[in-house]
Amino acid sequence: MPYYSRLDPAEGTALDASDFTVELDRHRRYLLRVAQLQLRDAAAAEDVVQETLVAALSAREGFTGRSSVKTWLTGILKHKIVDAIRQKQRQPVVAASFDEETDLDDFDPLFKDNGAWQAPPADWGDPENALSRQEFMSVMEMCLERLPPNTARVFVMREVLELETEEICKELTITANNLWVILYRARMSLRECLERNWFSDPARA
Amino acid sequence: MLHRLTHMVSCKEATRLLSQAEDHRLSHMERIKLRLHLLACVACSRFSRQLALMREAVSRFRT
Repeated sequence: MPYYSRLDPAEGTALDASDFTVELDRHRRYLLRVAQLQLRDAAAAEDVVQETLVAALSAREGFTGRSSVKTWLTGILKHKIVDAIRQKQRQPVVAASFDEETDLDDFDPLFKDNGAWQAPPADWGDPENALSRQEFMSVMEMCLERLPPNTARVFVMREVLELETEEICKELTITANNLWVILYRARMSLRECLERNWFSDPARA
Repeated sequence: MLHRLTHMVSCKEATRLLSQAEDHRLSHMERIKLRLHLLACVACSRFSRQLALMREAVSRFRT
């Protein structure tokens, strides 16, 4: 039973509220995955998702239906995650591993000395083929989970939660240059992972 | 000027510029260098389309 079913829906809107609760609960797993990817801490992820759902439930009049419920919830989750990061900022571990993951380019195994591709990207065929498949989305999620922790965190902040780069730099206290290196690494790794685990199968391309 | 314009960037540099272009507006010179490189390079043109596909995939993940 979802934790918020204890809450009494407002009088007269009982049906709406319970429909809304069911609708919110449908997105719980998605929110948890995003939070887990970002925070890398199951308990903290659980906390921000609970806070997100509680906030959503109490603000349901604020939901205008202009965006999908999922997009709306993602917007609330974004703020809850930023709050959680601010609270965690004391942990020195984060800064140390950021240095490792932004360690610059001296050796980049993807390219030859002259800067040409070691192994040029394969032809991925018609993008719609992949995008319309649920399996492809699962592979992408697996690839995201395989990224180094801080790389995944930054990528999720930028691409899933759509935070501005300035905001990410501020919250994580990293430079713009560090951020670009991390995002570059994230995209290169994701690309490789997708190519290896999806597009190299001739039946799919 | 002409010399700098015709000086091609490497694939490694082109992929960096393509990634940065997702996050901020490139300088005029960077855009020209990148365009010239993409005209001549099949591999990086593919890479560019793959970036677009990944962006689209993430946005479907979200909505």
